[in-house]
Amino acid sequence: MSAQATAAVADPKADESLKVIQDATCTFCGCVCDDIDLTVKDNHIVEAKRACVLGKAWFLNHKTEDRPSCLVDGQPAPLEAGYDRAAQILVNGKYPIIYGLSDSPCEAQRVAVSIADWVNGTIDTTTSVCHGPSGMAFQGVGEVTCSLGEVINRGDMIIFWGSNPAESHPRHFTKYSLMPKGMFLPNGRKDRTCVLVDVRKTKSAKAADIFVQIKPRADFEGLWTLRALAKGVDLDPVIVKRDTGVELSLWQDLMARMKACKFGVIFFGMGLTMTRGKHANSEALLALTRDMNAFTRFVAKPNRGHGNVTGADNVVSWRTGYPFGVNHSRGYPRFNPGEYTTSDTLANGEADSGMTIACDPMANFSEPARRHLASIPYIALDTKETPTTRAAAVAFTVATYGIHTGGTVYRMDDVPIPLRPSCESPNPSDFEVLSQIERRVKKLVGITS
Amino acid sequence: MPIEYTKISGGTLYDPANGIDGQVRDLWIADGKIVEAPTDPTVRPNRTIDASGLVVMPGGIDMHCHIAGPKVNVARKMRPEDKRKGEQIHRTNITHSGTMGSVPSTFATGYKYIGMGYTTAFDAAIPPLGARHAHEEFEDTPCIDKGFYVLMGNNHYVMQSLQRNEPARLKAFIGWLLASTKGFGAKLVNPGGVEVWKSHQAGNVDDLHQKVDHFGITPLQIIQGVAQAVDELQLPHSVHIHCNNLGMPGNWTTTLETMKALEGHRGHITHAQFHSYGGGDADENTFNSKVAPLADYVNSHPNLTIDVGQVLFGETTSMTGDGPLGYYLSKVYGGKWFSGDTEMESGCGITPIKYKNKSLVHALQWAIGLEWYLLVEDPWRVVMSTDHPNGGSFLAYPQIIRLLMDRTYRQDILKECHPLVRERSQLADLNREYTLNEIAIITRAGPARILNLKNKGHLGVGADADVTIYTPHENKETMFELPRTVIKSGRILVDQGEIREVLTGKTMHVTPDYDQEMEQGIQDWFEKYYSIRWRNYPVDLSYVHQSEVVPMARF
Repeated sequence: MSAQATAAVADPKADESLKVIQDATCTFCGCVCDDIDLTVKDNHIVEAKRACVLGKAWFLNHKTEDRPSCLVDGQPAPLEAGYDRAAQILVNGKYPIIYGLSDSPCEAQRVAVSIADWVNGTIDTTTSVCHGPSGMAFQGVGEVTCSLGEVINRGDMIIFWGSNPAESHPRHFTKYSLMPKGMFLPNGRKDRTCVLVDVRKTKSAKAADIFVQIKPRADFEGLWTLRALAKGVDLDPVIVKRDTGVELSLWQDLMARMKACKFGVIFFGMGLTMTRGKHANSEALLALTRDMNAFTRFVAKPNRGHGNVTGADNVVSWRTGYPFGVNHSRGYPRFNPGEYTTSDTLANGEADSGMTIACDPMANFSEPARRHLASIPYIALDTKETPTTRAAAVAFTVATYGIHTGGTVYRMDDVPIPLRPSCESPNPSDFEVLSQIERRVKKLVGITS
Repeated sequence: MPIEYTKISGGTLYDPANGIDGQVRDLWIADGKIVEAPTDPTVRPNRTIDASGLVVMPGGIDMHCHIAGPKVNVARKMRPEDKRKGEQIHRTNITHSGTMGSVPSTFATGYKYIGMGYTTAFDAAIPPLGARHAHEEFEDTPCIDKGFYVLMGNNHYVMQSLQRNEPARLKAFIGWLLASTKGFGAKLVNPGGVEVWKSHQAGNVDDLHQKVDHFGITPLQIIQGVAQAVDELQLPHSVHIHCNNLGMPGNWTTTLETMKALEGHRGHITHAQFHSYGGGDADENTFNSKVAPLADYVNSHPNLTIDVGQVLFGETTSMTGDGPLGYYLSKVYGGKWFSGDTEMESGCGITPIKYKNKSLVHALQWAIGLEWYLLVEDPWRVVMSTDHPNGGSFLAYPQIIRLLMDRTYRQDILKECHPLVRERSQLADLNREYTLNEIAIITRAGPARILNLKNKGHLGVGADADVTIYTPHENKETMFELPRTVIKSGRILVDQGEIREVLTGKTMHVTPDYDQEMEQGIQDWFEKYYSIRWRNYPVDLSYVHQSEVVPMARF
């Protein structure tokens, strides 16, 4: 359609050296706001209209580091040499792992999955260390969910559980969940009830009508209490208070409100998925949501962090049938979280080569995992220098997606959105680097298609 | 450069669209198309495929399946157990690996279709907001040509236009929506019912006359309004309807009313099997077949076409744009359940299911599907489908062919079913056997005609060189499950059951001529209610790997 062709329009009244990109997409967090108007001067973004504090930091502070596009063994090298060496590393490994992907566009993710297929390697994404447990819970009970526009238009009860969007997804409240006036909620915030459930009073509490402070590590018990109340099970107030840290009467009040609302929404975060219980917590929450549909309409949605982690889940799923933690060592995809999830594979000392894409495991994995990663040859693609790029055999400095390069990202509700690049980069995109590596890998392995 | 010819020599052709029923003919192929034999007798083909003694047909066309997009991918994510015990698709030096189960991964889907001699498939239910996703998956679904139908039976703009009695606006909107999504056709799923599901616990519409909340219009108005707009836009395919009340005992009256509502318009009733039930109140004791009166109606109304949605026994995954149906099925089966509502547009329900031959309801569903094939007199108006994966996998088509061509086999399977099936359906009394020519109609020539694909479903000059060559066999399942050679766009992709070459395949879509002045109104509405920007909504051509615009119909 013509709309996309006219995406970049210069304001005639403005300085001629200024370029305006309308409706650019911010990939900083899973909200993937696609309404940012960027003003660009001298290949630098000088204004990011409508962006939140994180989005502004993402767009305005971005700079292309004065760093070679390619380093081999820490020394600057031509890209071609880097591609050659990268392909050799992946092909020569008996157990290569490819990890990251959640800050890359789908087009690059697809190439990464191909490479994993050609080298009989493992493909895994950062989902395995954030909402992986939600993915596993999803495989257990399913999920009742909706796109974010449904929340805008219908969500009259909004519950945040173990999630702090005021700091992690700053426009969540204003753009999707609390403030917007929706088709069936003409008064916006006034038509909605907001509940926050967390172990501490986060900055998001200010936005909530009701704050339920549960005991640390008691998410499962809290959710199970609500499930019991939904089904009309009698509970002992003493035990409930002891196990959840919250009075039974408060849970009862919450359940009464949940049953009375028209369209309830639970957004949940890593406060639920990465604390005691993990996938059992997510499963309890998804099951509660399902239960509530016997009384009213209720949906749940993980508040995803990275800009395109949802795209990674989708791409890996459509190509392999499984969402993350997929191993190809037998020549076909197998799924086993805990074994083929990269943090586990590395901590078990199992991989002998690897490639990281837009992630920093050397900064955030466990010590045994980091120690093992440091001991094997691997390739790292990132926009900047990180502990992971520093220890890499081959490090590529790549262009930033959504700023330098186009492509597709999936918002946290699985809605695919195109990117509108605004600046140019001297560095290749991750799509370009991965495609070059794939071409060489195919040649080395003997793939002829 | 001299023209490169491939010649398929001495095969027995079944090309019903050109009136060829089992005659020995040579076929000449050049540049991906069927061409005239060169007049110069000295011209030798660059390659000759000896098809003597073999059966030659156009490539198969699946006009209703679920193979790509948000719903299909959710089902993949949700069901690892289904894949772990399914066939494993190994990587080769030309093909990707993949997984099967009831919802195969993208590459596996392409390889399995082409391996079965099918060269074209249409996904039947893409929410417009997920169109970009569907196109991305299409690019990873190799070897076959693809297209999709766009969900619009619960679209707010559609309902608002009907509420305001503005048919011109509705027509423009459908044109715009198909152009924006790069879609092929207009799909209605439980028209109006999904919107009610979004606003009420267990909400749905019970019949065609129930008013949809907020919009104050009825399913009947949606069906008639969209059917008219589709015809006025001259879209190649008619409105494609998943009727209200899918799966409910007694739903045949809803289906009959829907058919009657289409008087004066073209209309396609999809997975008719799921909509042909007598009985009432979810009572298994009253559940029975009502194909006969519905097939009678179809037989006397040439404006109507159907595909069957055959049920096969075994495990599969139910996936539908019909949100309330997903809820109903999840309660029946008690397994995991996915429901996803898409703003302004549609819903979605997914749950694992299992059809058992000893279950009266399931065995009746199986029989009811077969009755549809056997009771519609004109094979050009009934199309083979399993509503993959809802009734079963597309890989069951060879088995269905055997059931249709071999009444002894059919009766043998019937004997293993719940005994009451013989009383509640007339399958036991139906002796019709399909001929190879009729099979060629319901699996390729017919769907091509129903979709108005002039280059497909036949082997005349100018047709796409999508050709399947079968080795005749007494057991028709054996014959059809493993073609000897499959040619796509003139290239031999499959030979002796092995994939020899891979290509991406085309994406077929339409560019309707609509009143562009109406776009401002659509934009105003869009910007008020959608969670993404107007400018980021349309799918541009960069997502359509090999675009083929199918021209508008003339009728």
